[in-house]
Amino acid sequence: MDLSYSAQEKAFQIQIREFLADNLPQDLAARVAARKPLGKQDYETFHALLNSKGWLNGHWPKAFGGQGWNAVEQHIFDEESFAANAPRTIPFGLRMLAPVLMAFGSPEQQSEYLPRILDGTDWWAQGYSEPGAGSDLASLKTRAERDGDDYIINGQKTWTSYAQYANRIFCLVRTNSDGKPQEGISFLLMDLDTDGVEIRPIRTIEGGYEVNEVFFTNARVPAKNLVGTENDGWTIAKYLLLHERTNIAGVGDTMDALSKVKSQAAAITRAGRPLIQNPHFAARLAQIEIDLEAMKITNLRMLSDAQKKGAPGPEASMLKIKGTVIRQAINDLARRALGPAAAPFPSEELEGNLGVAPDGHAHDAAAYFNNRKISIYGGSNEIQRNILAKGLFQP
Amino acid sequence: MNFEMTDDRRMLSDSLTRFLSKQYGIEHRNKVAYAAPFHDPAKWDEMVELGILYALVREDQGGMGGGGFDIACVFEALGQHLCPEPVLANLMALRLLAAAGADLEPVLTGQIHYAVAIGETEAPYDLQDIRCEATAGRLTGRKSVVYGGYDAERFLVAAKHNGALALFDLAARDAEIAGYGMIDGGNAAEVICDNSPATLLLDRAETAFEAALDAGRLALCAEAIGAMDTAFAACVDYLKTRKQFGKPIASFQALQHRMIDLQIEIEQARSITIRAADALDTPAAPRAIAMAKNLIGRAARLVAEETIQLQGGIGVTWEYPGAHYAKRLVMIDHQLGDTDYHLERVIALAS
Repeated sequence: MDLSYSAQEKAFQIQIREFLADNLPQDLAARVAARKPLGKQDYETFHALLNSKGWLNGHWPKAFGGQGWNAVEQHIFDEESFAANAPRTIPFGLRMLAPVLMAFGSPEQQSEYLPRILDGTDWWAQGYSEPGAGSDLASLKTRAERDGDDYIINGQKTWTSYAQYANRIFCLVRTNSDGKPQEGISFLLMDLDTDGVEIRPIRTIEGGYEVNEVFFTNARVPAKNLVGTENDGWTIAKYLLLHERTNIAGVGDTMDALSKVKSQAAAITRAGRPLIQNPHFAARLAQIEIDLEAMKITNLRMLSDAQKKGAPGPEASMLKIKGTVIRQAINDLARRALGPAAAPFPSEELEGNLGVAPDGHAHDAAAYFNNRKISIYGGSNEIQRNILAKGLFQP
Repeated sequence: MNFEMTDDRRMLSDSLTRFLSKQYGIEHRNKVAYAAPFHDPAKWDEMVELGILYALVREDQGGMGGGGFDIACVFEALGQHLCPEPVLANLMALRLLAAAGADLEPVLTGQIHYAVAIGETEAPYDLQDIRCEATAGRLTGRKSVVYGGYDAERFLVAAKHNGALALFDLAARDAEIAGYGMIDGGNAAEVICDNSPATLLLDRAETAFEAALDAGRLALCAEAIGAMDTAFAACVDYLKTRKQFGKPIASFQALQHRMIDLQIEIEQARSITIRAADALDTPAAPRAIAMAKNLIGRAARLVAEETIQLQGGIGVTWEYPGAHYAKRLVMIDHQLGDTDYHLERVIALAS
C-alpha cells in the first residue's frame, strides 16, 4: 500500500501548478474564487490557454491527439486547476461527445468534429432530459423520422446547460416506438441554428441563467449526423454515462472549497473571536473534513481500480452520492458562516461599496442554493442508489 | 389541556389567510418581493388598515392581542403565503416602543413605518458585542442587514450609552441608508450613522431588547411553520402527479419514507413553537424560544433541501413556487440568531 504520488506524478503536478500560476489571467481567477457567474468568453479563454499547451484534451488517447492521461493524472490536473481558481472545463464536447465519437463515430465525423472541439469553433450542448423523461431517461419522446437523406425532429429537451452559448447539440431521439423503450433510441448531432430549433431560458432558483429548454419543430437534420447505428443510441448513452462518472466526486473542487471556508471563518469575528474558534462551527468544519479525507481515499481507490479495468464500475455511484453531499455541506457552512450578511441578493452594488458580506463572499448563499442541483443532475442521487442496489441485490 | 385555537384567533387567522390568498398569489408575491422596494407598499397599507398590527399588541397598550399565540397565528399565515411585508420589523418596533412607554397609535395605524436596527457586522446576534455609540444625543456606528430598512422612515437603534445599551429613535434622513433586496425576497438596509442626531427613548434597555428579540424569534418560528406546511403539501402533490417508470413517483417507498421523515420534523417544529408561544413574556421565554429557534433552523433547512431534491430539476428553478419557499426557509436561520447561536443559549440558560 502506498498512498503517495510517484515521482513522475509529482513532477506532473508541479508542471501544471507552475503553468497555471504563470498563465491563468488573475481577474478570471478572482471571479472564480468569489463564485461569481462566468460568461462564455471566460470559458473560451481558459480552453484556449489549455489547448495551447496540449492539455485541453490531455485525457484523450494519443491516437486522437491527446496526452493519454490516466485517471490519476486527470485527477491531479483537476486538483491543481481548482486550487489555482481556474474555471472548470466545459465537459460536453471534451468529455462527453469526444469519447463517443472515438468509439462510435465514423472517421469523417471524427475528423470533422474533434478538432473543432479543441479550437473552440464548436460549443456542444447535451440534449438528453425531457420534461417527461428525467430519471426515467429511456422514456424520452423527441421523435426523429426519416425523410429521404434527412431526419425530421419534433419534441423538446430540457435542463440543457449553456445552450445559449452553444452552436451544436448532441441528442438522444426516438427513431422507433415499438418494443422496449431502450431499443428505439438514436444518437444524433445537430446544428442549433437549424430552422425549427428554439432555445428558451430557464431561470434557476437563485436567479441565474445556465439551463434552457430546447424545442424542435420539424427541424431537418442530415442523416449523416447519426452517430453509430440507428436505434442503438442507448448503448452510446450508457457508454457516455460511464465516462461522465470518472471524476464524479469532484474532489479537487471540494478540497478547494473547504480551504476557502476555513480562511473565511478565520477572518470573521463572532463574540469577539474568530468564528473558526467557535466550538460549534469548528465541530461542523471538522466533521466535513473527516468525511472529505475519507472520500479522497475512496476516490483514489476507485481511480486506481478504473485505471486497471479501463472504466469506472458502478461503485462510482457511491462517489457521486458522497461527493455531492460533502460539497453541499461545505456550501452550507460557507453560507452559515456569514450570518445575516449572507442574505442580501448579490449585486454589483453590494460588492462595490456596501460590503455587507466580506470581499468575495457576496455569492455564498446563491452558490448554496444553486448547488442543490449537483445531487439532482447527472443521474440524481436516488438513481445512483438504484444503480448500487441493483448491483447488490440483483447481480 | 386544550390545543384548539380560541375563536378570536381562528377568526383572525381566517381573515388574514383570505386576504393573503387573494392579494399575494405566488406570481404577484415574486414580482413585488424581488424588485424595488421589494414588497408591495399599497397592499401593506391595506393589511395595516385591516388591523394586523393590533393583533400583535396587548389590550392595555391599545392593541387587541399581543400574546404568544396571537403572534404565532399571524406569522404562520404570513409564512404560508411567503408574505414579503415588514411585519416582523413592526412587531419588534411595537414591543420596543411599548417598553419605552411611547405612543403606539402612529405605528398601529400605519402613519409611521419603523425598522429595528440592532445587529452589526461583528455583532449579528449578540447584544453584548454592539459597538454603535451614543454621545450627547448623537449616534456613530453601522447597523447591518436591518430588515425592512429599505423604505422605513424611522429606525429604533440599539446603541451604547454611558456603558449600557440604550434605545434611540433615529429619522432615516439623519443617517446614510443603503437599502437592497434579499435573496429570499423582501428588503433590508445598512444604516450608517456618523454623529447622527437621535432621540433617547429608553436607557438601560437590554431587557427590552431581549424581549423584543424573543418576540421576533417566536414570529420567525411561526412563519417557518407556515412555510414548511405549504412547501410540504406542494411536494406531496408533486409526487402524486409526477410519473416516471410508468407510475407516480409517490408510489416509491424510498420517497414515501423521506416525506414521512419530513412530516415528523414539521410536527416537532410545530410543537416546540407552541411551547415557545406559551412561554412568551414569562421567565421561561428565553430558553423555550432559543430551543424553538434551534429546532426550527434544523427542520426548515431539512424541509427546504428535501423538497428541492424530491422535486428534481423543477425544484431548482425560479418558476417553481417551492424554490422560493425553500429560500425563505433556509434564510430564516440567518435572522435573529442561527441554529448554533441558539444551541449555545440553550446550554447557557440551563437552570
